Amino acid sequence: MATVRYERRISADPDTVWSVFCEPDSIPEWFPGVVSCTVEGNIRTITLGTGLSMPEEILTVDPLLRRFQYKVTSPLYHFHLGTIDVIALGPLDSLCVYSTTAVPDALALITGGATDGALDEIKRMAEDKMREQS
Amino acid sequence: MGRKILFVTTDQQRYDTLACNGGVLSRTPVVDALAAQGIRYERCQPTSVVCMPSRASMLTGQFPSTHGAWMNGVALAIDAPSFAEVLHDAGYKTALIGKAHFEPFLDPFGRFSENALANLGIPTVDEPWFDGRRGPHRGFDHLEFSTHGAQGFTHYAKWMQQNHPDQIGNFYQVLDADLQVNAAGGGDTDAPQVKSNPIPKDWYHTDWVADRTINWLRQQPADADWFCWMSFPDPHHPWDPPAEEVSRVPWRDVDLPANYPTSASEREALLDQKARHWRAWYDGRVVSNYEAPAKWVPATLTENQVREVNALNAVEVELIDEALGRVIDALEQMGCADDVDIFFTTDHGELQGDFGLLFKGPYHVDGLLRLPLIWRPAPSSAVAPAVVKAPVSLVSLAATFLDVAGEPRPSWVEGGVLPQSDSEASERKFDATVTEWDSALFGLDVHVRSVLTSKYLLTKYQKGALHDGTEGELYVLSDDPLQRINRFNDPALSDVQSELAERLHDHEVRPGDRATPGVLVAPV
Repeated sequence: MATVRYERRISADPDTVWSVFCEPDSIPEWFPGVVSCTVEGNIRTITLGTGLSMPEEILTVDPLLRRFQYKVTSPLYHFHLGTIDVIALGPLDSLCVYSTTAVPDALALITGGATDGALDEIKRMAEDKMREQS
Repeated sequence: MGRKILFVTTDQQRYDTLACNGGVLSRTPVVDALAAQGIRYERCQPTSVVCMPSRASMLTGQFPSTHGAWMNGVALAIDAPSFAEVLHDAGYKTALIGKAHFEPFLDPFGRFSENALANLGIPTVDEPWFDGRRGPHRGFDHLEFSTHGAQGFTHYAKWMQQNHPDQIGNFYQVLDADLQVNAAGGGDTDAPQVKSNPIPKDWYHTDWVADRTINWLRQQPADADWFCWMSFPDPHHPWDPPAEEVSRVPWRDVDLPANYPTSASEREALLDQKARHWRAWYDGRVVSNYEAPAKWVPATLTENQVREVNALNAVEVELIDEALGRVIDALEQMGCADDVDIFFTTDHGELQGDFGLLFKGPYHVDGLLRLPLIWRPAPSSAVAPAVVKAPVSLVSLAATFLDVAGEPRPSWVEGGVLPQSDSEASERKFDATVTEWDSALFGLDVHVRSVLTSKYLLTKYQKGALHDGTEGELYVLSDDPLQRINRFNDPALSDVQSELAERLHDHEVRPGDRATPGVLVAPV
């Protein structure tokens, strides 16, 4: 089992950061390489830029803790847990942490590597929202 | 009209696999002829002994610590400098056909341009350049990719899927079910990454790369300036050349390499002289990098496995030589051969049995460091044939291509134009080259710097998970060409060691802008 973690400090209040990704069907907007998705109940199926389709189970959507957790249930993964946390550092200052734990190990790196790009988008979208609001 | 440039690279090819460099297993008459007509370098060194950082150095003319693609799995920034962009701006038609690997292969999201355009089957994409403009991908008008085997997101894989889908499963499965480099054995000796592959030669990626190159070359107008990077994926493992060709080099007749110690005790004694990770890998206690199979223990390597791997490697080298011969024939048929500079090299070497090891990693010895490099200047330029013994580096390629094209050397290029003789090398102070290694995989980081002169090879291990910052290796190349006797901290060589360490320090603090080191986002 391997785990990787990426984080971004974002110049936005934590609720604005949370609002970028808290809806499960928003993922194509902020996760590079996810071109579309469907959501039925707590099952989300994403389609990747390569045409691959991957089912996921949404585990946690907690607006108070600002924690979003899911697991990829594709047979490619023997285990997966993805966690996005938003931590308030100040009124307009947040830390967004995206953790990936997976088996096989290589998939933690590949999936986690993609989350690094996702954080770039979350930061950009949250900070754009802040500018629009001001 | 300027000189046209054919840049030929292979992947993971040792210096001593070419007959012109003293190799005895492969017949390489085409490359040997280029060497006889041009300049053969006896001491060419990579900036890194793994693919992505080394290839990024060829493209940018920069060391990995400058261009930022510091290990496999770290993409070269899309806006990194590129000699191909300069050539494109100068009116050159530019193509890269074969293995690129500036961006990670393992990319199910299709986030990286090379995988995306291969997946779409298109020849290039518009992307931001280092100076803010937009243009073809990294300066190449035309890209057609291939890699080891027929899976993944490459144009070759797509071609195989469309034309010969029944053959795809005949290649060795490079990765196992856990996406680790596969340790499964095959062939006659159960050697790792070996398989009998019944694919006909014409459909194998070596011939495909040559065919696609010829196709592109024939589309170029006679008066066009062009640069074509023809990049063969072989003889990198897996060793699964077309079975119909394997009888060229019967493995049972292959002598063991000079640097393969036949007794386990001798191997262990040699490894124990080196930094601690050598023996730890050999014993199967630590695999510090992704490039060697994690589930394979080098101590289990047998003499016959070494023979079979070397034989298959030699077959792949011969197939490349013949494929290159077809491309040169095409140039002659086109009537432009006299105006074409041809470069032949590789990105890094392969241990291939040295010290009882296979594959590659943070092991800076000749098996990985000493590379074939041939430059056959355009015959119309009337450059005298030569052998250059002075140390040179792949970091010089970008500046050399631009010089051949008559373009000034950009400020971002770190390497100087390759010398054409030893006297020129001496005048221009080509007297040392540096190779870097940095890796950090699941909590295990390794940082290595080596400097090579005509007499010595010094390697220093910086502080990391496996080293405390005090370890090193120093080899006296004239007395110890196989790098078996580690003289690090030998009082008799303290002055030499200090001077070489100073050179490494100078390299670390060299002036110039450095890119922010890229993020590791895939194993390879």
